[in-house]
Amino acid sequence: MSTRIKSGGRLIDRTRKVSFTFNGSRLSGFSGDTLASALLGSGQTLMGRSFKYHRPRGVVGAGSEEPNALMGLGQGPTFEPNQRATTAELHDGLQAESQNHWPSLSIDVGVVNAALSRFFPAGFYYKTFMAPRAAWKHVFEPVIRKTAGLGKAPTEADADRYEHFYAYADVLVIGAGMAGLQAALEAGRAGARVLLVEQTPHLGGRLLSDEVEIDEETSDAWLSRTIAELQALPNVEIRTRLMGAGVYDHGYVTGYERLTDHMSDHMPGGEGPRHRLWRIRADRIVTATGAMERPLAFAGNDVPGVMLAAALRDYVALYGVTAGDRTVIVTNNDDAYRTAIALKRAGLEVPVILDTRDAAIGPLPRQARDLGIRVELGKGIATVKGGKKVEAVEICSQAGEGSVLETIPCDAVAMSGGWSPVVHLWSHCGGKLVWDTDQSHFRPDPDRPPTGHDGAGFVLTAGAASGALHAADTMPDAVAAGRRAARELGFTPSDTTAPTANAEAEEPLQPVWMMPAGASYKLRSKAFLDFQNDVKVSDVQLAAREGFESVEHAKRYTTLGMATDQGKLSNINGLAVLADSLGTTIPQVGTTTFRPPYTPISMGSIAGAARGPLFKPLRKSPMDDWHDANGAVWEPVADWRRPYTYLREGEAQHEAVHREIRNTRGNVGVLDASTLGKIVVQGPDAAKFLDLIYTNMMSSLKPGRCRYGLMCTENGFLFDDGVVVRLAEDKFLCHTTSGGSDRVHAWMEEWLQTEWWALDVYTANVTEQYAQIAVVGPKARQLLESLGGMDLSREGLSFMGMAEGDLAGIPARVFRISFSGELSYEVAVPACYGRALWDLLMQHGAPLGVMPYGTEALHVMRAEKGFIMIGDETDGTVTPHDLALGWAVSKKKQDFIGKRALERPDLIRPDRKQLVGLATQDPATVLPDGAHAVAGSNEYGGPKTIGHVTSTYYSPTLDRSIAMALIEGGANRMGEVLEFPVDSQTVIRATIVDPVFYDKAGERQDV
Amino acid sequence: MLRLTCPYCGVTGEETEFHPGGEAHLTRSGPGATDEAFRDYLFQRRNPRGVHFERWHHQYGCGKWFHAARCTLTLEVFGTYTAQTAVIPEHIIDAIQSRRPDWRPEA
Repeated sequence: MSTRIKSGGRLIDRTRKVSFTFNGSRLSGFSGDTLASALLGSGQTLMGRSFKYHRPRGVVGAGSEEPNALMGLGQGPTFEPNQRATTAELHDGLQAESQNHWPSLSIDVGVVNAALSRFFPAGFYYKTFMAPRAAWKHVFEPVIRKTAGLGKAPTEADADRYEHFYAYADVLVIGAGMAGLQAALEAGRAGARVLLVEQTPHLGGRLLSDEVEIDEETSDAWLSRTIAELQALPNVEIRTRLMGAGVYDHGYVTGYERLTDHMSDHMPGGEGPRHRLWRIRADRIVTATGAMERPLAFAGNDVPGVMLAAALRDYVALYGVTAGDRTVIVTNNDDAYRTAIALKRAGLEVPVILDTRDAAIGPLPRQARDLGIRVELGKGIATVKGGKKVEAVEICSQAGEGSVLETIPCDAVAMSGGWSPVVHLWSHCGGKLVWDTDQSHFRPDPDRPPTGHDGAGFVLTAGAASGALHAADTMPDAVAAGRRAARELGFTPSDTTAPTANAEAEEPLQPVWMMPAGASYKLRSKAFLDFQNDVKVSDVQLAAREGFESVEHAKRYTTLGMATDQGKLSNINGLAVLADSLGTTIPQVGTTTFRPPYTPISMGSIAGAARGPLFKPLRKSPMDDWHDANGAVWEPVADWRRPYTYLREGEAQHEAVHREIRNTRGNVGVLDASTLGKIVVQGPDAAKFLDLIYTNMMSSLKPGRCRYGLMCTENGFLFDDGVVVRLAEDKFLCHTTSGGSDRVHAWMEEWLQTEWWALDVYTANVTEQYAQIAVVGPKARQLLESLGGMDLSREGLSFMGMAEGDLAGIPARVFRISFSGELSYEVAVPACYGRALWDLLMQHGAPLGVMPYGTEALHVMRAEKGFIMIGDETDGTVTPHDLALGWAVSKKKQDFIGKRALERPDLIRPDRKQLVGLATQDPATVLPDGAHAVAGSNEYGGPKTIGHVTSTYYSPTLDRSIAMALIEGGANRMGEVLEFPVDSQTVIRATIVDPVFYDKAGERQDV
Repeated sequence: MLRLTCPYCGVTGEETEFHPGGEAHLTRSGPGATDEAFRDYLFQRRNPRGVHFERWHHQYGCGKWFHAARCTLTLEVFGTYTAQTAVIPEHIIDAIQSRRPDWRPEA
């Protein structure tokens, strides 16, 4: 059983006890512990259940590669699933719960999956859920939902704050082990601006566990001297708890900093952010990310108590915790002997070292033998005995098929299959790998780095991340990387002798991808490659047999490497098994793609501050406060909010809308139209330019006059509309839709800059510089005249005219335009006067019965008049002619945007969908928006759609329902009755009519 | 995430500061163009593995459109230049050929 040993543990403070809960039970550890070390120290070897078979699982590693010990941490608004116990720092009050079990960790019903494992082979999902269909709803889905998935999703909103942070460095060094520290020092001494980041809270990496002699000093002495020198350099910044998450084009790097997860007194949402996403630009990136130990694939390699050899000695050295009293070592290399030696020196039993090689003659094996440890050569593990914990191992010949030679009781197993460089960050942006036959791993190919804006490689690797695993090689590699990064940026690095690092020499490893080499199916189907997704040797072999030869296909079919650990431990072993099954080599199989982030990062850090009201800034008109205080029901319109209607007490929304319409048509209404886009186009060639932008002729417009204009794309489809006002010979004001102002302005600029740059024209988007109020209704003139200052009589300002002057002392432009069919003025004033004018209109209009009206009343009134709305009657496939707006398309102009397209045969077909009005046979029935008209049958025998409803309302003016629709050949179907099936029982019938429902002669607006 | 330099304002900025506008140096086909020429103008685009000319807009900067010559394979940027030109400037061709000696501009 795992336990805390009496001494040791350089990272923990035994005088400071920390209490925490695990699955509701109160446990304790020490300050400096990780959750994993505290659980091991409390005797809790069982830490979770596996994903598919619900097998009992314990911790395998001691760092970010951990696949098994995933926990839900926190509670309610701070709950977060799938957190690795190995990287979660212990603090007082930490609440942890294990995952994937029901009803409890030690008694789990899902374990039945394991008994049925023959029925859950690779590709299980693809095979099983093909048929029968009914089983999906009643069997598969309920069962899968109950048992599948890793952690539980949080149920409450995240209470914490997050932020983004931008940084720049000449040289960014990722990883602060021996190599990272030395590389940073070399670049820093040369004068480069260096940022050194380390994902753990501690600098030193493996030096904290494994003693190395550097320049005749202890590694501890070297560490403190080096850190002190780095800290003294003003151009070097060191950040811990900051993981290099992803490397992207041109030296862009994301970093994930965890600021408060280790604190017991952190108040969620309090002073500082919980996580910070660093967005770094670096001219050179040195990845000193070290290497990861590989597991070995033997039967029962997932039983709690089987761990990576280096992790086992990390727990002893860093936390004074051991996985068991009797640990069997199984290895194909010398490095694992360090674990045997460390355990023995800590007073623990190592009954045997099983070394697959035929000889072990290096200094480390010698030391182990000298300590009296039994070493068995050419041996491996046939199977691990035990369920929820290791009880014994059965040993066998590695070369054989697994006949048991001896059973050795033990309570822990340390395995080592060799080391793989952490190449993720090198590979994210296209760095290529080579297969290193001697060390049996992929390592970065220094000749094929990711390239930056100047075509030069911008990522360098240092130390074990380069494949320089042994300390004696790590140091010179790191020195070279740090100096090269500085030199490439124009700094002059020192050329003094590099430090030398000494550790025990190591003999070559023997590649072992399956243990024993001739393992039976029974053994292979218990030999796990991917612990987190429960992928076994037998699954990968099956995938290969079924034809999934590409590594990317095999990955998706078996789910190897697809869990939250992204196959950090399983990839190379899986590739090797696949290569063996296909009768090819590992480099020919290749790797799957490495994608950022390196380990999962919180959703909060990605969002940063962009949450709630900051997610998307809201645009408000100058009269927004008034609307808000006077019953506005808000409606989002592009980035704006606009009043949909102004609700009075006791009113339903539709009643309010009808009241506003009746009052506007009978008295006078005012509308806040400030959101309309307003673009000034000015210059000697302004008229010529607008002739190209609009389908209409704008050059013939007289100063002081207004014209409704249409814009098409080059495809000939309607894109925006609005009233154009000629303010002067060389100056136009173009109104756009509320949502279209930025788009139209950008569109104009694009054409001006990239196609018609010879034109002398300037544009400015002045949308927010003006407040605009529509004063509408029979008493509109009376109301405006009561303000005084301008002649707004029929003669003084005729329909489609513009006047400038002062209204009640406010500088104003008045446009006599109408979107409702009533006598109507739109008054534009500088934005700062908007509220003042609004208040004056409400005050002077009170005796006339003035009421504000909202966007819904606006919509109904324009539909009563058959006016189209961009986005309702258009959808990017509709031409002006489809909407009977051919009168607004100039035939005289030689060119305008969309002209060539409008000549295409398809755009002049007579049976295109065309705008019609609809009168339902039952005047009380309002058609649903988007309802389809059907006639006859289509090629599949179903009803054929011949068009759809684009706008539909109840008109209080006409006291009946009205609608507009786009119907095939609609222009020639006047009087036809169409059928709109709206559900399985109901068909609504409507007659095609003129879309202008009200005041067809247009008499009301021209008075 | 590319780093680009706007040739108008001189700012070297993050890709998020800019907006891509597709292939550069297209010739507009307007009224009178054949169906084929008009189709090609609207829809046919090059997608080379290697040297490519693109339009970019300094959207969150000076608001100007410019062209960038870059390698789609290595992400190398050979240079940026004004959008108000119908031909690739000499200095851009030189910059490309200094790194890609075999490369020739298309006729």
